[in-house]
Amino acid sequence: MPDRPMIEIASVTRTYGKFNALDDASLSIRPGEFFSLLGPSGCGKTTLLRMIGGFDTPTSGTITIDGQPMLGIPANRRPTNMVFQSYAIFPHLDVEQNVAYGLKRLRLDPAEERRRIDEALAQVSLAGFGKRRATELSGGQRQRVALARALVMRPKVLLLDEPLSALDKKLREQMQVELRTLQKAVGITFVLVTHDQYEALAMSDRIAVMFGGRIAQVAAPKDIYQRPVNRQVADFLGGMNFIQAALVGENGTAIEVETMGFGRVTTPKPAQWSGKGGAVTIGIRPERLRVLWDQETARHELSGTVVDRHYFGEITHLVVAIPGMDAPLSVTETNDFGADDIPVGAQIRIAYEPDALVAMAD
Amino acid sequence: MSPRVVFPNRMLPYLLLAPQLAITLVFFYWPASQALYQSVLREDPFGLASRYVGLDNFRRVLADPNYINSIEVTAIFSVATAALAMSTALLLAVMADKVIRGRGIYRTLMIWPYAVAPAIAGMLWLFMFNPTMGTFAYMLRATGYNWDPLLNGPQAMTLVIAAAAWKQISYNFLFFVAGLQAIPKTLIEAAAIDGAGETKRFWTIVFPLLAPTTFFLLVVNTVYAFFDTFGIIHAVTGGGPGKSTETLVYKVYNDGFVNLLFGSSAAQSVILMVIVIAMTAVQFRYVEKKVHYG
Repeated sequence: MPDRPMIEIASVTRTYGKFNALDDASLSIRPGEFFSLLGPSGCGKTTLLRMIGGFDTPTSGTITIDGQPMLGIPANRRPTNMVFQSYAIFPHLDVEQNVAYGLKRLRLDPAEERRRIDEALAQVSLAGFGKRRATELSGGQRQRVALARALVMRPKVLLLDEPLSALDKKLREQMQVELRTLQKAVGITFVLVTHDQYEALAMSDRIAVMFGGRIAQVAAPKDIYQRPVNRQVADFLGGMNFIQAALVGENGTAIEVETMGFGRVTTPKPAQWSGKGGAVTIGIRPERLRVLWDQETARHELSGTVVDRHYFGEITHLVVAIPGMDAPLSVTETNDFGADDIPVGAQIRIAYEPDALVAMAD
Repeated sequence: MSPRVVFPNRMLPYLLLAPQLAITLVFFYWPASQALYQSVLREDPFGLASRYVGLDNFRRVLADPNYINSIEVTAIFSVATAALAMSTALLLAVMADKVIRGRGIYRTLMIWPYAVAPAIAGMLWLFMFNPTMGTFAYMLRATGYNWDPLLNGPQAMTLVIAAAAWKQISYNFLFFVAGLQAIPKTLIEAAAIDGAGETKRFWTIVFPLLAPTTFFLLVVNTVYAFFDTFGIIHAVTGGGPGKSTETLVYKVYNDGFVNLLFGSSAAQSVILMVIVIAMTAVQFRYVEKKVHYG
């Protein structure tokens, strides 16, 4: 049954008193998928994860895992396991005892238990660390122990609650790659909760972006980044130039708008298009705008004045005022051709591709 | 490691420590040295003169069958009191940890008995279990049980243990509740997701992580049972019937202030001091090794 979703979340709502932590969320997660719940703190992503894991109960709605309704099934009887934000390593046990903790409940024969412990430790590159005390481990190693402890139980779904947030930047980036590789190797469905958009983009097959207890958009990383459904999603995933536009025409799949600066543009309809005419917001990512040098020309170009610049090492961020536009455009340019030498006040030309312009629902 | 903080004024740290040092010197070192001094002296029957007798007092004390009895009584009393006070407190703390509605009131009420003075606690239990007028004694007798702590040694012992443990439960409870709260909730959840039931979780996760608290309370309860229970024993049994509830501390008092055997009493004090120091040292040396500080 390749078509059956691993996790099916149907109209799940969770209220705490009068507060809606999660409001009518519906999602379908495929088997073997690396799925991320992305959003700012308080958006309901952890609440949703905890309900999948069985640590919290929906006020209404149903959660189905691998075809089984999960209502009333406690955490330990679900085909899920969890890696906690704080790792939740048992400090009084060594690495092996930590990993073996759940296995002890299964009463396997000693040889099989041994084999599974070694396998799990090898999967997270901790072979040979079995006898270390949990307190003697670094943050990254603790993270791996927590991972091994969850994997050793062979869950169908692994839930990860901001597992990398306590690590420093270098280690976090390394672990992102490792987690991704590990997930592909074991083939288990991973559900990751994170507030770090780069982490979600780098690791996931698909992302659900959440705000205020609602799921705003579910899509693959590239689609979420390039075709956000609204300003909030666009903003959360990175820099975006918002341009006011007026609707001039529409058909089944596309709309035509008149913009300031970019002229008349045809773009695909946003996913949550209300159908009402009037004002529309058009967006373009700063890195999709390119500085044109000397004699270089492009089919679509704008010209303006640099009013501010920010240097970031490998890139330079230019703020460019375009005549006829009410707000300046942000342009991100790599420094390989000398964008870092462009002074404030310089007249520059900018190239863009019209298909980089995206219409948003609000 | 926190950075070293240096006082700008060299006298200030000494000044700040002075009150504590003065109290320790006046109320501990001075009496302790007096006990040491007295323990090698013997007074004449009229209390007019004393002479140096070396270790003679110690020899007599250790050869006295009453003293050996007192050691046994103390051992039984201390172990039973500490065990009862700690296990009951732990049970109550685990239960209180689950209470959500009204937990503040519940905890406050649990702490009140600690404010009761030892002698008063003893009197409460004495009244409840007094064979002639105690309510509980009456109920016990109604079941056909021959309850008479005034004549029956083991029953008297049970009564003082119950009273002493009851008073200490509050204190232990307070520490256990704090200890339980300090255990991260995710550890319990992690254990739960791995299929450990509540009892299993308690013994494999909660209890080992409570070890620092338990160890601390073990030391405190031992010292409590040795010394601070004097008031309870004095009020409930006065060391009797016979000498069945005469603990070491009670015997020190009895021989020194009732029988006026200053030399012997001082020697007993010194032995008691050595025993407690040795026990605390053993606890720290051996028991603490098994304690894991998170």
